[in-house]
Amino acid sequence: MPTNTALKTSPNKDAPRQALDSAVVRFAGDSGDGMQVTGGQFTLSAALAGNNLATFPDFPAEIRAPVGTTFGVSSFQINFGSSVIKTSGDDFDLLVAMNPAALFVELKGLKQGGVIIVDKGSFSERNLRKAGYESNPLEDLSLGDFRVIELDISQLTLDAVKEHGLSNKEALRCKNFWTLGYVYWMFAHKRKETIDYLRSKFASRPDIAEANVSALNAGHALGETSETADGFQGFAIPQSEQAEPGLYRTVMGSEALAWGLTAGAQLAGLRMTFCSYPITPASSVLHQLSNMADYNVSTFQAEDEIAAACAAIGASYAGNLGVTSSSGPGIALKGEAIGLAVAIEVPLVVVNTQRAGPSTGLPTKTEQSDLYQAVYGRNADSPLVVLAARSPAHCFEVAVEAVRLATKYMTPVMLLSDGYIGNAAEPWLIPDIDAIEPFPVNFRTDPEGFHPFIRDESTLARAWAIPGTPKLMHRIGGIEKDYNSGHISYDPENHQKMTDTRAAKINGIAHDIAPQVVDAGPDSGSIAVVGWGSTYGSINRAVSNFLDKGEAISHIHLTNIWPLPANLGKLLARFDKVLVPEMNNGQLLTVLRSEFLVPAKGINKVNGQPFKIRELEQAISAVMEG
Amino acid sequence: MNVLTPPEKLTVKDFATDQEVRWCPGCGDYAILKAVQKTLVDIDARPESTVFISGIGCAARFPYYMETYGFHTIHGRAPAFATGVKLANPELDVWVVSGDGDALSIGGNHLIHMLRRNVNLQFLLFNNEIYGLTKGQYSPTSRAGTRSPSTPLGSVDNPISATQLALASGGRFVARSIDNQIKHMPVVLARAHAHIGTSFVEIFQNCIVYNDGVFNEFTAKDKVANQQIAVEHGQPLLFGAGKQKGLHIKPDSLEIEVVTIGENGIVEDDILLHDEKNKVLATLLAGMQGPYFPVAIGVLYCDTAPSYEQEVQVVLDKSTSKTGSDLNALLRIGHTWQVDVKS
Repeated sequence: MPTNTALKTSPNKDAPRQALDSAVVRFAGDSGDGMQVTGGQFTLSAALAGNNLATFPDFPAEIRAPVGTTFGVSSFQINFGSSVIKTSGDDFDLLVAMNPAALFVELKGLKQGGVIIVDKGSFSERNLRKAGYESNPLEDLSLGDFRVIELDISQLTLDAVKEHGLSNKEALRCKNFWTLGYVYWMFAHKRKETIDYLRSKFASRPDIAEANVSALNAGHALGETSETADGFQGFAIPQSEQAEPGLYRTVMGSEALAWGLTAGAQLAGLRMTFCSYPITPASSVLHQLSNMADYNVSTFQAEDEIAAACAAIGASYAGNLGVTSSSGPGIALKGEAIGLAVAIEVPLVVVNTQRAGPSTGLPTKTEQSDLYQAVYGRNADSPLVVLAARSPAHCFEVAVEAVRLATKYMTPVMLLSDGYIGNAAEPWLIPDIDAIEPFPVNFRTDPEGFHPFIRDESTLARAWAIPGTPKLMHRIGGIEKDYNSGHISYDPENHQKMTDTRAAKINGIAHDIAPQVVDAGPDSGSIAVVGWGSTYGSINRAVSNFLDKGEAISHIHLTNIWPLPANLGKLLARFDKVLVPEMNNGQLLTVLRSEFLVPAKGINKVNGQPFKIRELEQAISAVMEG
Repeated sequence: MNVLTPPEKLTVKDFATDQEVRWCPGCGDYAILKAVQKTLVDIDARPESTVFISGIGCAARFPYYMETYGFHTIHGRAPAFATGVKLANPELDVWVVSGDGDALSIGGNHLIHMLRRNVNLQFLLFNNEIYGLTKGQYSPTSRAGTRSPSTPLGSVDNPISATQLALASGGRFVARSIDNQIKHMPVVLARAHAHIGTSFVEIFQNCIVYNDGVFNEFTAKDKVANQQIAVEHGQPLLFGAGKQKGLHIKPDSLEIEVVTIGENGIVEDDILLHDEKNKVLATLLAGMQGPYFPVAIGVLYCDTAPSYEQEVQVVLDKSTSKTGSDLNALLRIGHTWQVDVKS
């Protein structure tokens, strides 16, 4: 057995595990080290251990960046525990660093006294230099504040899989499962689901499946039979107690979004045509839906972003639910087509999984900077509905609502998600779709008094008559239409009336959506912290922490970005100060200030990383003291 | 008991709307409109299942004049909208109407992909070699040297060949007609309609205001005989007054030449027969330009393959989930756990 200086082989069976209410673990390695797979398996094991959780996959834009470099580090963070988990956590309790570059990049996020697992075998002169280390941190005293578990994971893995006869390269690719086995021991997680996963994933290569299983078991066994230098025996995380009763699963934002759109289409009684063009980080929604032909979903990978939007509108025109999906730069390309959907008034759902920009920006990093684009980003007065999901699981209900509003009001609906929500996972109380009130579409079939822009008096939605319907033949298009006949009209007063009607239709939706609630704290008082989208968890925890200390503060989180809820203006007016944390330079802030003339102030961050709770606490404290 | 009554025979008038046609007096579009309306009568089209889709430009006003379903979309994107329509309802009979700027410039990408997918629809390209609606700028089919408001000293870009592009993009039905060939157009349009897959028809259309007479060298009455060749499957490629001229493959190269029967030992058997399934021949015909060659009209190429919608259905039919269409069941597949009611 190779020397592992931090270990000796006579475990102190009596030493207890260190009890933690919740723990943050960060797996970090090369892009090719399989950290995302490792994180995904750990997420599942944490969920099955009965913990609440939230995850944060954080990976580079390059598929396989040069080995051992800092910019090639791919990480996966999970926060799990017994209490309500709302974010992927600030600082980590455990950092798994598969090479020096991973240690170099991630060490700053580790808690004082936190645990580091390093693959000692990877700390070669060459790798240290590539990572930017001048001396070996395992040998100098720079890691003195932490508990370092040095394991020669590469060699231990090679030993563990020797019997399976793999090549050296293939054998080393089992490193991540060896490490996962060790981390499972550290948190007393079960291995069975991961073993099942490996045998199914590598069904066609049983040798690789079994080698990974051996690696997993060996890592776990080493944890059980050895002892760290300071007698550390792993962590004990109690099961969650606060969860509502029911059946749960973990869900990623892109999955919940795909299923929510599908559920929405079923509730509307429509077939869905989902049209998209590959773009990071939005493609996973396309991948998910491509597998759902049996649920009345067809997908179309178009030749470009514009064609994707146009095909979706064409599908809606013909009586399906057209959906298109992209990220900010792609949404920009779709703008003209979305304007047509506003003009001809057909249902359309446009999903924007936002990423950091402008332009290509940071494709795999998260940002909330497309709010202006969603609300204002088209030529002319072209209002539409904008909704924002706040968490992976929340994507489901927001997607259902997007379909409801699109079909009821014959309008495009922009659904904002972001890279963080799309890739992150959390436990989800699985909804019963049969318990959701259906909203079936009634296509117009009656020729009596028909013209294409005849409107429902209460919703102002125009009649939806689809090709194939006898006696309702009509022509629609981007040219302004006469309010009373639906024919082309260049009449100035008619254009005023149609513009006003399009605005009134969207504004009226403010009364058909849930009134804004206060997510934490009282509904009036000193400070309202108003957020939207994926900052929900951080804001909620930061505000809750202040409430625990007896501070007068509230959290208000918007799902309806446009139109804003009818009661929001009055609600905000009941607070002395309004703070708006956003991962942009102040976009919701501008909207709130312009709509309600409130002297709101922004808390802004655009470094591609979600807000830490601590950052928000500091920013809010500064306002309280100021 | 259900008695099936044959649908009433419609007339050209039944396919005309009450909207005033707003093309310039003398525009070639009028003749094309009439030809399309006649074609719909000839093929027993049903107005309620017929959809005309267009982009932007003079030609794109076409749907407003057809008593069918009509969708006037945005510049260049009509093929993408039409693809969405056909994905949603493959039963609809879709005609896309476009112009040279719309189809070959701003919308070139969509045209290529519609053709390679072989979406089952008719695509009519009204080619007048000019931007009419924006008042006369040169277009992607304008010949080099075209003087226009944006090229007062003459354009320098080389024009694109619509039919060669269609063939290169994988189009499986490529045809041509001319706005002043009142009898020829409905025949070609009916063939286009009968073809399963994308049927691409280029119609040379005279813009009387901005590019009048641009096709005169082969469309003028006195030029028809010698500067046009109307191709027909299985027939010799003959033209000229008295059909004494014909096309012939040069013996030592992949080129065609114009020959005259009775000269240099050429007899009728030496003349090429048109084979509309021969893509190489179609490409050669599409490339013929005057004055040496006649311009080929008619069905240059027709070789049927399954349409996009048919292929999509084949793929969709392969999908077999464990839960049927029960989304509730799908959400419960995989790793789940129960949280019990607290006692």
